[in-house]
Amino acid sequence: MRTTSKTPRPLSNQEKYEHFHRKQHRIITLARLFILGFFLAAWEFSACRGYIDSFFFSSPSKVTLCFIDMVKDLTFFSNTGVTLLETIISFMLVFLIGMISATILWYSRRCSEILEPYLVVLNSLPKSALAPLFIVWLGTGINTIIVAGISVAIFGSIINLYTGFKQVDEEKIKLIYTLGGKKRDAFLKVILPGSIPTILSNMKVNIGLALVGVIIGEFLAARRGLGYLIIYGSQVFQLNLVITSIIILCLIAMGLYQIIQGLEHYYKKKV
Amino acid sequence: MNNPILEIKDICYSYHTLKGETPALSHISFQVEKGEFLAIAGPSGCGKSTLLSVIFGLLVPESGEILFHVTPKEMPASRHQTAGICPKMGYMLQHDHLFEWRTIYQNVILGLEINHQLTPDKIDRVTEMLKDYDLYKFKDKKPSELSGGMKQRAALIRTLVLDPEILLLDEPFSALDYQTRLSVSSDICNIIRSTGKTAILITHDLSEAISLADRILVMSKRPATIKCDFPIHLTLSDDSPLASRNAPEYQGYFNKLWKEISDENYVQNTTPLK
Repeated sequence: MRTTSKTPRPLSNQEKYEHFHRKQHRIITLARLFILGFFLAAWEFSACRGYIDSFFFSSPSKVTLCFIDMVKDLTFFSNTGVTLLETIISFMLVFLIGMISATILWYSRRCSEILEPYLVVLNSLPKSALAPLFIVWLGTGINTIIVAGISVAIFGSIINLYTGFKQVDEEKIKLIYTLGGKKRDAFLKVILPGSIPTILSNMKVNIGLALVGVIIGEFLAARRGLGYLIIYGSQVFQLNLVITSIIILCLIAMGLYQIIQGLEHYYKKKV
Repeated sequence: MNNPILEIKDICYSYHTLKGETPALSHISFQVEKGEFLAIAGPSGCGKSTLLSVIFGLLVPESGEILFHVTPKEMPASRHQTAGICPKMGYMLQHDHLFEWRTIYQNVILGLEINHQLTPDKIDRVTEMLKDYDLYKFKDKKPSELSGGMKQRAALIRTLVLDPEILLLDEPFSALDYQTRLSVSSDICNIIRSTGKTAILITHDLSEAISLADRILVMSKRPATIKCDFPIHLTLSDDSPLASRNAPEYQGYFNKLWKEISDENYVQNTTPLK
């Protein structure tokens, strides 16, 4: 299809390109919003008309009411706060332990060769299987949940970071030696700054996994938190509460991911 | 004459893998005079870079010794895996390896940073060198914003600020395109000659070797030995590497070297594979 420009002055090719680009961007944003709006409208409509049973499937209006109630009686703040706190602590600890372990593995080749099969096995083990053990060992409380959060993310994190460290160009490390540096200099001047993209993408994965671990922990061993609300709601057939909690969880996951993406953008702009 | 700054005595080196041993250097001996510009040429894969790594001390030779005469007493050069034991040598690699996360200035002072020598007079020297080599304007740029020749000059400054007596150059021009290569090699040659440093250049480019060096060692195929030793004397009005390509003796040297190297390649190609 041929289109002709309606402006009196013909557009330059660059302007045409920019115009096309902006249009494309607008279409994508609109389509995204449309899908969300359509889904909510269809849900509400079918719940109103009785096509689906709103007792089991809830509806956007019921979710909104439930959310307002939660804000009023402050359960929203206490439960979301607990989950958020546990997730952030798990994430921080995963980051710290992951970095330290990957550094040790990089320093000592022998150490990494000895530990490799253990890391692989522990990484592929479904960590939810460990949660009951943690309850027995650590009781029901915030400690268990943080440990559950760490256990899900830690092994993958160590393997990823170590692989990232190893992929740094050998010649760059040789350069450090030719300038009279030691292994320590190679790590601080080459490996660490060169691996920042790997570290950031690793953080993105970890924040999601830490949240998974925390929710598993809360399912089994908590008296507060969004995971607890989901389990509690399903047991007493308050599915509004379950669905509201899931939506809050969605928003938390998105927010945490955005924070790290922001960090990544900041780094890219700086370099 | 006969005032060697570096003596290589009977060096042997082999690479070991589980599949077996690959001898790389076999009984290599030579001397380098103070202030001399020595080129080492040889067929590719013959162990030229290995030799430089051994001289620098990144690799430990299996036998033989390397003597470095800089103090009145003879002092054995570095013997250990970690370098820096012999701070009087500077090593320039094939690629500039400037770090993208540092500016040109920060890249240039990397060596000083590692050796904890960030003193005011050293920093003044860096600034002066950046100005001398036309890089001062670009000191806050990222390496990717510079041309290949400028990057290689920045890499040279990074090596020179550590004040080495001997420069080891491991095909530092081979990653550049032909035109840049001619001008950068002449720049770098002038810089080295004007500071009176001793240099050992590894190259597989014969015309580069003839135009830059005072003496050329030809290495045989692996396991490498020194095959012959050519002193180069060019009659020149001015001493730039570009002019030396027009010297009357140039063609004669080129043909002689070419014959040595291609004999070597021929033998290599006819050796039956096991």
